[in-house]
Order: sequence, then structure tokens, then C-alpha cells
Amino acid sequence: MPAVMSLKDVGMVFPATTVGGSVTALEGINLEFEPEEFVVALGASGCGKTTLLNVMAGFLPPTSGAILLHDSPITGPGRDRGVVFQKHALFPWLNVVENTAFGLRIQGVGARDRTAIAEENLNLVGLSEFGNHPIYQLSGGMQQRVGLARALTTNPEILLMDEPLGALDAFTRENMQELVLQVWRRTKKIVFFITHSVEEALFMATRLIVMSPRPGRITHEYKLDFCQRYFELGDARKIKSDADFIKIREEVLSIIYGEETEE
Amino acid sequence: MALSRIFGNGQETKDPYGAPGTGKSTLISVVTIVVILGGWWLVTELELIRALFVPPPGLVFSKFLKISCYDHYMESLLVFLGVQAEVVAECEGFSENALHQHILASLYRVFSSFFLALVTAVPIGIAMGVNRFARGVFDPPIEFYRPIPPLAYLPLTIIWFGIGDFAKIFLIYLACFAPLAISARAGVKSCSIEQIHAAYSMGASRHQVMWHVVLKAALPEILTGMRISIAFGWTTLVAAEMVAAKAGIGVMVLNAARFLATDIVFLGIVVIGLIAFFFDVLMRRMERLLVPWKGKA
Repeated sequence: MPAVMSLKDVGMVFPATTVGGSVTALEGINLEFEPEEFVVALGASGCGKTTLLNVMAGFLPPTSGAILLHDSPITGPGRDRGVVFQKHALFPWLNVVENTAFGLRIQGVGARDRTAIAEENLNLVGLSEFGNHPIYQLSGGMQQRVGLARALTTNPEILLMDEPLGALDAFTRENMQELVLQVWRRTKKIVFFITHSVEEALFMATRLIVMSPRPGRITHEYKLDFCQRYFELGDARKIKSDADFIKIREEVLSIIYGEETEE
Repeated sequence: MALSRIFGNGQETKDPYGAPGTGKSTLISVVTIVVILGGWWLVTELELIRALFVPPPGLVFSKFLKISCYDHYMESLLVFLGVQAEVVAECEGFSENALHQHILASLYRVFSSFFLALVTAVPIGIAMGVNRFARGVFDPPIEFYRPIPPLAYLPLTIIWFGIGDFAKIFLIYLACFAPLAISARAGVKSCSIEQIHAAYSMGASRHQVMWHVVLKAALPEILTGMRISIAFGWTTLVAAEMVAAKAGIGVMVLNAARFLATDIVFLGIVVIGLIAFFFDVLMRRMERLLVPWKGKA
């Protein structure tokens, strides 16, 4: 199958500032995204995960290499790539449904149509009852679900998720992992998901890329199917406590710790 | 026992390890006001201080009734409302104006200045926040004049614009301008980079990001600026009315002081304070109505 999005030898060097020298945040990143993939980027802080996502979203132009979406280079952010942030990205002056419909509103979609589409997406994340609620009355987990619904509303080709569950408590986080997987299965979007939780990465990914810092690069890649097993079994904890899962979890952890002790 | 319940006994019994200074203070404030008013009444009643310095509350109130009317329609209104005829007979206004005319003259000056400042300072402040050229141009003059007391440049406004209402409005306008511009400038910085990025990734243009995100996020700060601005404008009023004003609550106080009419001075001060308090309540209401998300999320 042809790659929907591909990164060709992408590098990102931040120029020297008064506090320090130039930083090579990314070096030689080659990645291809095929339809219906769930790609998770894992790595310690400062390994360039978020820079990679910002480059893919178009917020930062890379200093070398190219990012192609259907063979044409991207030049900036666009609604073909939906982004879900860790937090502080919703608009508190709009209620839940208005937040979700924002992308359609600025495209000039009429109020009735955009509300209908927004409500569909809110239903997808289990928030159909909360459309008229103000954002600031929702819990952290619910706010992230609004963020997900909002990113889906513009019908992007790829969903970029920057540690979307990082600010949630452990219990909410596990529930949200399952919810994100269900949404992914139903919408069939390509997902690029950043996390620093090894368990989360292994559980959710169809493909896992492990990154290492200074310069930020991809060191390991795994094809995984724990999420498929979850869809079959429906018991997340059982999969996460499975011997296969624990074995690979320790392997990945030793990679990340190994890199840290090299420093 | 009751007193220690109101004023606390140095430590909050309900939450001994909590943050200091928590709990309600409304009742204590009411007690304070009652004590102040009671003290005022007591020292005048016992004639500890001459009425020239501190007029009795009753005198101030009867003065209030006297200067509440000047025109005939005010007199007939008071009669209609059932106020005693002798009070009506004493209706004299002050400085050829009834109290409400003084108040309206001042409100007109403050609100027209405030409105002018609103339509100029907010766009300039926003421009300063989003454009380095505008910031470079407006930053030096605003930062220079902002800390100067309006009384210091009052003579200059008189030399430039004479002693008419325009000079007064200009002085109050300057007072209102700086806090509004500064809050608008700070306000456009209050949206997060995630909010801006989210809007761009949903296909927003730069123009749409400005309108739908940056300006909306700036609203709470701008409203705070409006609150500070109108209060500062009101503070500047008395200075503005020092020169050649016929009507105005500030000039009423100044003229009364010239004739040692301390009761009118007292009355004027109370009215000025009450109106300022009313402004603040109004602006807080507006904040709750227009930016209910402020300080949340």
C-alpha cells in the first residue's frame, strides 16, 4: 500500500541562543505512514518526540529533509492533519459543541450542519450529553475527549496526538487508552501518538518507534498487535499483564534506560 | 465569646493548619462600617469636634435633601414623593446646580473620556501585543506619561485646550488610556500556543486565529483593564474639574471647601465614593456575564 504521509531524512536544528549552543533536535528521521496505522513514538524527555510532531503538524519547518502528504510537501499546518494536545488547547469561551465544531465554523459551514457533525463526533467519544456544557466544568479526561472529537471533526487524514493522556490520573488514563483505540478502530484514521509511558505505547501501537535524545533519532522499531488482541479479548489489564507483553515491556525499558546510562 | 467568634481568636479552629486568612469577612466589614458611622455620630453628638470640621450626619443628610433640588421640576417631584414642604422651600441646589446635575455633569465627562479611551486604547494595545512596529512606536510615550500624576500635566492641557469641557475630557481620557492599552497588550499574550496551533491545524487563517482565538482570549484582561481604567478616570475627575467647571461633583466639593461648607464636602466625598463603588460592582457584573471562564480551566 502506498504511504499516505512520509518523512524523508528530516532534521531539525535549533540555532544557538544566548543560553547555549545550537541543538540538533532531530536527525535523519525517515518514517512512512500507511493507512489505518497506529504509530506510537516513545522516548525519554528531550528525545525530540514533540519536535517531530510539531514538524509533522507544520508548526515548525524542518531545517533539512521533506515531509510529504500524498507525495506533495507540506508547507504549514492544515486540516488534513488533526492535532490533539496534552492540555490548554480548548477554547473556554466556547461550550463543548462549539469547540468541537470550531474547525467547520471557520470553514464557513452553516450552524446546523456543523452542529450535527460535531454532535456525531461527540457521540463517538461518549460526550453526546455534554454538548452545552462549558469547557471549564469538565474533568481533565472529558476535556481531552473534546479535544479528540474536535480534531476528528475536520475529517483529517492523520491524527497527531502529543501526549494526550499525559496530564490524566492513572485510572482515567487507562480508560482513555481504550477509548482512543475504539475511536481509531471506528474512524480508521492514521494515528501518530506520543507518550513516555512504555505500557501505553505497547498496548496501543501497531508500530512502535523508540527515539533517543541528542540528536533525536529513531533507534528501534517494533511491529505490535496488542491492540488487535484487545479488540478480540476486550480486557486491557489481561493483555498488559500477559507474559509476552511484560517481556517486550522490559526489553523496551532496558533500551531507554541503557541510553540514559550512556550519557 | 461572641466577639472572638466574629474577629477570630488568632487561630482558625476549624482548619488549624490551613492557609492563613481564610473564612468570610462580610460580618466584620459590616461591624466596621457601623462603628465608623456610629463614631461619627457620637463625636458630633457629644460636640467633641466642631461642626466646621466634622458636621453631624443629620446635617449632611438634610443638606443632601436641600441640594438635591434646584429646578422647579425637582421641587415638584419631591412634593409628589411626599417630602415635607419646608424641605422643598429650602431647596437651593449648590453652585447653581442640583446634586443630580453635578453628578450627571461628572458622569458625562468620565464616560465620554472612558468611551474614547476604549475605542482607541484597546486597538492600540492589541496592535502593540501582536506587532513589534506598533509596540516600538507606542511603548515609549505610554510608558513615559503613565506614571505621571494627571495633576502634573493638567496645566499643559489648559494651555493647549483652554478651560472648556474638552480639556477636562482630554485629561480623564489620558488617565483612562494607559491602563486599557497595557491590559489589552498583555491580554493578547494570554492565549496558549496550543490554542493557536489547534486553530491553525483546523485550517484557520492568520486573520481567523487573531479574531477567534487571540482576541477572545484577551477579553478577560481587557475587562480587568476597563475596571482599573474607569476607576482611575473617576479618581482624576476632581483634578479635571479644578479649573473653571460650573457643574460637577468634583467642583461641588472644591467650591464647598472654599466657603467652608464642610457638610457639602462630606456629602460630595460620600457621593464620589458610592459612585466609584457602583462602577466596580457594574464592571464585576459585566465580567461575570461576558467572561465567565475567567480564572477557570
